[in-house]
Amino acid sequence: MNKVLVMVAQRIALGLLTLFVVSAIIFLAVELLPGDIATEILGQTATPETVAAIRRELGLDQPAYIRYFEWLLGVVQGDFGRSLATDREITELIGARLLNTLFLALVAAAVSVPLAIGLGVMAALYRNSTFDRSVNIFTLSAISMPEFFIAYMLILFFAVRIGWFPSLSKVDLDQPLFDRLYAVALPAVTLTLVIVAHIMRMTRATIINLMSSPFIEMATLKGLPPWRIVVRHALPNAWAPIVNVVVINLAYLISGVVVVEVVFVYPGLGQLMVDSVVKRDLPVVQACSLIFAATYIVLNLTADILSIVSNPRLLHPR
Amino acid sequence: MTTNGNSGPAEPLLQIRGLRIEGQSQEIWQEIVKGIDLTLQRGEILGLIGESGAGKSTIGLAALAFARGGCRITGGEVIFDGEDLLKLPERRRRAYRGKRIAYVAQSAAAAFNPAHRLIDQYIETAVTHGVMSEKQARQEAVELYRQLQLPDPETFGQRYPHQVSGGQLQRAMVATAMACKPDLLVFDEPTTALDVTTQIEVLAAIKDTVRKYDTAAIYITHDLAVVAQLADRIMVLRYGELVEEGNTRELLENPRKSYTRKLLAVRGLRKDEERGETSLLTISNISAAYARSAMVLRDVSIRVPEGRTVAVVGESGSGKSTLARVITGLLPPLEGSISLRDQVLPATLSARNKDTLRRVQMIYQLPDTALNPRQRVRDIIGRPLQFYLGLTGRKRRERVKELLEMTELDERYLDRYPAELSGGQKQRVCIARALAAEPDLIICDEVTSALDQLVAEHVLRLLLRLQRELKVSYLFITHDLATVNAIADDVVVMCEGRIVEQGPKTEVFTPPHEDYTQILLDSVPEMDPDWLDRVLEERKTVPAA
Repeated sequence: MNKVLVMVAQRIALGLLTLFVVSAIIFLAVELLPGDIATEILGQTATPETVAAIRRELGLDQPAYIRYFEWLLGVVQGDFGRSLATDREITELIGARLLNTLFLALVAAAVSVPLAIGLGVMAALYRNSTFDRSVNIFTLSAISMPEFFIAYMLILFFAVRIGWFPSLSKVDLDQPLFDRLYAVALPAVTLTLVIVAHIMRMTRATIINLMSSPFIEMATLKGLPPWRIVVRHALPNAWAPIVNVVVINLAYLISGVVVVEVVFVYPGLGQLMVDSVVKRDLPVVQACSLIFAATYIVLNLTADILSIVSNPRLLHPR
Repeated sequence: MTTNGNSGPAEPLLQIRGLRIEGQSQEIWQEIVKGIDLTLQRGEILGLIGESGAGKSTIGLAALAFARGGCRITGGEVIFDGEDLLKLPERRRRAYRGKRIAYVAQSAAAAFNPAHRLIDQYIETAVTHGVMSEKQARQEAVELYRQLQLPDPETFGQRYPHQVSGGQLQRAMVATAMACKPDLLVFDEPTTALDVTTQIEVLAAIKDTVRKYDTAAIYITHDLAVVAQLADRIMVLRYGELVEEGNTRELLENPRKSYTRKLLAVRGLRKDEERGETSLLTISNISAAYARSAMVLRDVSIRVPEGRTVAVVGESGSGKSTLARVITGLLPPLEGSISLRDQVLPATLSARNKDTLRRVQMIYQLPDTALNPRQRVRDIIGRPLQFYLGLTGRKRRERVKELLEMTELDERYLDRYPAELSGGQKQRVCIARALAAEPDLIICDEVTSALDQLVAEHVLRLLLRLQRELKVSYLFITHDLATVNAIADDVVVMCEGRIVEQGPKTEVFTPPHEDYTQILLDSVPEMDPDWLDRVLEERKTVPAA
């Protein structure tokens, strides 16, 4: 057990280090963006004196590394600074948006992950059958289309033609749960279509690969039915690769939703980031990027830890 | 053992008639079992023996109406208890598998699912087939674990497969196969992967269990001495055909076919030992360990004379292979030194120069993994010629041919890939590659363990001839005492990283021995059907050796 703890601790330390490096890269990248916020705020006609005054007020006259460490110090304390465009606390601005994004991701994940693993198991069980082929063709087609295309097609059919679902996903925190689910139905389906293929194919491939192991032959020779062989004997040994691909897709659900959020005008973090880029509201862009990066790192860390923990050799040492 | 007490000829438990099975290799279907007939009475034990490629495992699996991927049953009948299993749909075959016919695989470590506890893998057969409740299965498991002399039978099943030793795991698999008290057990080389001292325990456990429950069994092995301990009757197979069949004692005393006689004589090769005066390799007081783990070698000193063979014997885990890693420089020792002739070898690989590297070569147990599958024989042997001796072009080509000739391989193999060679041929290529460097010492790590016995004998003869001609020394690592007899001048017996006994072969192998050497020698199966019973009897009368 100690060995597992040490390994987990190592992974966490590595994750923190990565996050630190990423924060520096984000800051540097934003720093390199062309354009100046002061002139942006004041407009083209501003006198050099007023520009300089604004820069001093915003702390932009300080050298970059000092501003970086001040920013980092704030972030660690949960303070992302103030938005340049609206002059509101960024934490406050992001809070509700982040919850919306997480809600959408949660709904999409709750549908797609069990669906994908289930389909993968079925496809492995009935491999090379019509069912297997159809699932493969359908999921691969879905992943081959750009997500905005899928989104607009869904809007065209389910919102415009049939009118079952709204084309704009308006949500707020006071809505009852069912209304919110109804509002996010189409974006959630879009995201599901995008991620099911990866997870399903990885599940299928891993299980098929395991099906040639001696312990699967042994299970067959014990007279066990095929579904039991796959679910009880193959699947538990397939967790490590499946968890990894699931997690990569979950990370995509949070940080990759920008396009989908924009199409459905969904008030999530991705939309906020796009708006802020347009307005050159750099502190907000930085904050969003850092949150996305942190999501990736935390989820991958989780995948690593789950792979370690799902290995009986590590969990139950001799 | 055979229960023929009933009046009249009882209906056989299993009757296989005209069994034909095809296997696919490189897109072509070839017949690998060519019309085999087999009859097994209730409670009878039948031994199937032959080399790899004889089709014995395939026949064993066919008794469960199962064919591995890449194989298909094309003809014949498998009549079990009056029903032709081959005519049944897969769903109805499942009702027989595990419940009435059970299988014990060669490698228990691979055949147990690493993700589940042993007890869960035991009870699932009985529960899935609806033979008994989970609770009852758990109780019976403890009973069987006790019967098979597993440690702490009450809690043994709570362990995961990686938490128990190889011999215990193999016995646990016998217990698992017995879960439904089947009428027929198919044992597929269940002791081949085990050390001799462990093999004897597993053999005894199998024999006891099969006797106690009066289970019929098909016992598949390539080792005649092993099958002689268990089987009532033996079938000798070769290339998917029956060579001869007979009562165990009759077959051993009176083999009719020359192939059977060869199998019987297989452990007979013996080298007369010679003393070597000048030392080639001197290993002094070596201790070694892998990073952060316990000591693997403790204070090991060995001397290998010029042109002689020193065999290092011991069970798995005794540190034999680690010793090879230390000598080659792959694992620097913590203490001690190694010298070749009078030159002390640097401890690490990177500190040794090309000439030192050249003088110590190695041949591995598994030629499959030791040969690059993407290189032709020509390049495999040619590489050390170029690297160590700077031979290129015509000279290199000529030398490769010479080396092939020395290792008794035909020139036409030059352009083949390893996959296109048999196991014995691959090992010869490995030998040729080692010889290419013109070494003083070749470390042979279990080089014949993965080969069939007849093939192994040919490889040993080749090594002996090469030693006579080239005066090369061998450090021969093995767990098989017959191999030691065949090739060694001196013997080193190792146990848990220490040297238990060492000296000239005849001295070590004649009493009085160290206790451990005695156990090791006693555990080697003999071509005598009474050997196992006799040894077990002796062990009982001499309390706790």
